[in-house]
Amino acid sequence: MQSALTFDIKRYAINDGPGIRVTIFLKGCPLNCRWCHNPESISPQVQKLFTRAKCIGCGECIKVCPSDACKLTRDGIITVKELCTLCGKCAVVCPSLATEMSGREQSVAELLEIIEKERPFFDQSGGGVTFSGGEPLLYADFLCEILAACGQRGIHRCIDTAGLAKTETLLEVAKQTDLFLFDLKHMDNEKHKQWTGVGNDLILNNLQALAEAGAAIQIRLPLIKGVNADHENIAATAAFIAALPGGKKSISLLPYHNIAAAKDQKLGLLREQNRLQEPSPEDVAAVIAQFTEAGLRATVGG
Amino acid sequence: METIDQPTKVPERKEKAEGNFYPEKQNTSGPGMNERIQRLRKQTVETEPSLSIERALHETAFYKENYGKYSIPVLRALNFLDHCKKKTIYIGADELIVGERGPQPKAVPTFPELTCHSIEDFHVLNTRDQQRYTISQEDIDTYEREVIPYWQGRTVRERIFGHVPPEWQTAYEAGLFTEFMEQRAPGHTALDGQIYRKGLLDFKTQIAEEIAKLDYLNDPEATDKFEELKAMDISCDAVILFAERHAELAERMAEKESNQQRAAELREIARVCHKVPAQKPDTFWEAIQMYWFVHLGTITELNGWDAMNPGHFDQHLAPFYTAEIATGTLSREQAKELLCCFWIKVNNHPAPPKVGITARESGTYNDFTNLNIGGITSDGKDGVSEVSYIMLEIVEELHILQPGNAVHISKVTPDRFLEAACKVIRQGHGYPSVFNPDIYTVELMRQGKSLKDAREGGCSGCIEVGAFGKEAFILTGYLNVPKILEVTLNNGFDPLTGKKVGIATGDPREFQSYEELYQAFVNQLNYIVDLKIRVSNYIDRMFAKYAPAPFLSVVIEDCISKGRDYYDAGPRYNTNYIQCTGLGTVTDSLSTLKKHVFEQQTFSMEHVLDAVANNFEGEEFLRQTIINKTPFFGNDNDYADAIALQVYADLLTAIDGKPNTKGESFHLNMLSTTCHIYFGKMLGATPNGRFAGKSISDGTSPSHGADTHGPSAVVRSLTKLDHTMSGGTLLNQRFLPSLLKREEDIKKLAALIRSYFTMGGHHIQFNIVDTATLKAAQKTPEDYKDLLVRMAGYSDYFNDMNEDLQQEVIERTENEAF
Repeated sequence: MQSALTFDIKRYAINDGPGIRVTIFLKGCPLNCRWCHNPESISPQVQKLFTRAKCIGCGECIKVCPSDACKLTRDGIITVKELCTLCGKCAVVCPSLATEMSGREQSVAELLEIIEKERPFFDQSGGGVTFSGGEPLLYADFLCEILAACGQRGIHRCIDTAGLAKTETLLEVAKQTDLFLFDLKHMDNEKHKQWTGVGNDLILNNLQALAEAGAAIQIRLPLIKGVNADHENIAATAAFIAALPGGKKSISLLPYHNIAAAKDQKLGLLREQNRLQEPSPEDVAAVIAQFTEAGLRATVGG
Repeated sequence: METIDQPTKVPERKEKAEGNFYPEKQNTSGPGMNERIQRLRKQTVETEPSLSIERALHETAFYKENYGKYSIPVLRALNFLDHCKKKTIYIGADELIVGERGPQPKAVPTFPELTCHSIEDFHVLNTRDQQRYTISQEDIDTYEREVIPYWQGRTVRERIFGHVPPEWQTAYEAGLFTEFMEQRAPGHTALDGQIYRKGLLDFKTQIAEEIAKLDYLNDPEATDKFEELKAMDISCDAVILFAERHAELAERMAEKESNQQRAAELREIARVCHKVPAQKPDTFWEAIQMYWFVHLGTITELNGWDAMNPGHFDQHLAPFYTAEIATGTLSREQAKELLCCFWIKVNNHPAPPKVGITARESGTYNDFTNLNIGGITSDGKDGVSEVSYIMLEIVEELHILQPGNAVHISKVTPDRFLEAACKVIRQGHGYPSVFNPDIYTVELMRQGKSLKDAREGGCSGCIEVGAFGKEAFILTGYLNVPKILEVTLNNGFDPLTGKKVGIATGDPREFQSYEELYQAFVNQLNYIVDLKIRVSNYIDRMFAKYAPAPFLSVVIEDCISKGRDYYDAGPRYNTNYIQCTGLGTVTDSLSTLKKHVFEQQTFSMEHVLDAVANNFEGEEFLRQTIINKTPFFGNDNDYADAIALQVYADLLTAIDGKPNTKGESFHLNMLSTTCHIYFGKMLGATPNGRFAGKSISDGTSPSHGADTHGPSAVVRSLTKLDHTMSGGTLLNQRFLPSLLKREEDIKKLAALIRSYFTMGGHHIQFNIVDTATLKAAQKTPEDYKDLLVRMAGYSDYFNDMNEDLQQEVIERTENEAF
């Protein structure tokens, strides 16, 4: 049986596809978007998270650490990354959840049990399960197994993807997927590379291939002022989406929000994302109008 | 006794004290509210509750003159008739529906026969910060001279406290339970549709027939039945007279009225009051006024708990509405206006204030008149009508404290109605709450009601169910279940006072297993419950013998045919409830002890008990470990939920099926109203990490902040309990407005409700979180771990956000009010 590294499971998820859903977040992503609101989703490894405000300074982590990675300094308790083996003992003893381990290997069977618990809510709302990330396509074999099992049980399946994977993998997964939430970050290859660390060729090809294969797709567009909310990029995005084969694709706009700052601190990351700007309601309205002009329907929110 | 001559400093009234005193800018008037309703609303919202001594003066004079001349039921009925003859009649400007219990709106009478306020009580009520009731010094002096001396030693309350055993008294004073009937009469009743088909003259005919049938030769109770029936007959006359006096006043006012339109209204009021309640109503207006006179009759003859409830009011009014709309004698707007007038009438009647320590147990003006909207008919069909939608509109637009209202959502209820209700919920006024008729019908049938009577049932004031119009379902008081655990952990003693309040169940430090601890808790529980029931049964008979309610008995089915009072097994069904509180707190505390003391041995029992005794001072490591590393109720965690199930099962064993004095049984429900606050104050720190004095969990809700896996996990935990074994459960869920912003969010909320109900839930209500709550969450995050915030496209827990972002959420919430 396959398994995957999860970093969160969200019940009563109301933003990740139709109805009330359970969203399973898989750890690891080939993209490294500057605005990522789940920074712990990027590394495909177990990671240690630390929330300084929650630390009560009991020092239990220092006592249990087998490799002397936890140290008390004048700034409080720190983890020396070079020494830390990610054994997780500190997280077990930490009384206040200041230290947590992100990433847990979970099997298909284990996850199916969790998904099944939400069935009454699926039944009443037309919801189902959403695999998100990270990039769920990193776990293609796992996905194929669990999606097939969900399909047999009549559970609606969504994949929330950034689209960077082998085309054949994507098309294989598509056979077991009811709806793709496909993220488009930028139409310009260079800018895509600049903001996400990778180019967009394969992503756009994949979207095209997915549409040609007849998959149901909803486009998701994170909207960041100064990155991709400009007239030119929206025009290119709209043109590309409008030209996709199959039924008309609906577009969800996700206006950027600096929600990730707290999580960055937890990971000990220092990203320069504070420079990123939230689009104003007027900016969002302008984007919607632009899509409308192109004959596309865009709405705010997942 | 100390008298206070100097006028005590009167504090400023706090704005928004219990929905009673909104500043004008918050006096939101909805689109459907016309000027009449806006004026009436302003009056009811801004009039400060006051005390009226009129009823007490009439009653004292009547008792002095007549006590001993008549049987008790007849004495009570004649006393009621005498008051209806003499009481001040009020018809206010703009009013269409008329009648007040006191001499003017929000003037609350006292009921010295039940409990007599002292001079100190009046001074406290007159000057306290919240839930104030004003009274003049002149009235206080009169009361001291005319009323108090007569009732000393004669009130029901004094007779009860004269009887109770000392162990009951100590347990009561320790806050192990409350006793509803020590200050008010048993109530919590709601009516069925009888009064829309029969006038009081018809009831009088029925009473006369029963009197004629009495068999003095063979029935040893014939004399008692005669006295009761005679009392019922007199009480009908009292209410008819009360209505007639309104008709006369309206006629006099019409003659003097220069405004032609108002004069016509007054003449119509006069016509209606001549007709109802003597005869059955034929128009929408008459039907509302019919109910209102019956309502006033029941709350004037005696002070029953939970004013009184019209039951399925929309279903009762729908035939009148449909008929008049068809004939063109009523428009939708007129119907809505009349209903608004009714709403305001209910809000004009704050709960009569209590005396002494009980005032702390339930600090609210709310008298819990509750409207059941929607639901099913007695033949199981959809009960939603246009009147239901009008009522929802009024809830949304009028925004006043009373009446409470609840929507009833069955499998057959249309989505349109549920979604309309969800939109009102989104407004964040706390109303309506949502009930599940498919489950409470089963609850009632399990208790022995017929299918038809069960379907016609519903909820009266809070979440307790009964067969409307056919049942006395008496709430006897709240049970402080976490306090029972505290007493167990102290081997029968109350650590707050050092007094012995329970039985010795062993020193927990010597317990070898969790099972041993749990058994000690169950033994303590059984002792406390039996103590409570013993006194409840005594009180039941006190009311049956000395404070019958003949008028209420007229309108509750089978009292007339049995010739017995509402309090004396007259109704078709007779249930006593004990309301159990703090399931979440007690489950989490037991889970802590099981996991950390007995299984993992993280901490010793001694250590936990010492930490609890010291309110966790210096024990932050232990407390943080407990609150973060213990399975708590409300997370769909089988470990914790199994404990909740076990506690629930043992509460049922302790209570369910114990005989009451009416040949029927005690049942339980899981309700706390506001009592979880009082009970929390009477409780030291608890092993689940809760600090001393803080509220315990309410109803069947998880402890505050203990549920961290979202509403679907809460719902799954809750539905592991078999709700049909109870007479009602209560689930409070907090939602941020941002989670209910879009149309599709409303549909998802509706789906959440449907899911809960499909899985067997009894009731759910939503607190839409405001900025004040979010600010509180910043101060004590651990109490608010459940607060989920939705940002565009994703959601996160409020506690997981950094301060800047929290601040922003607060600002957005402020602006996002609907």
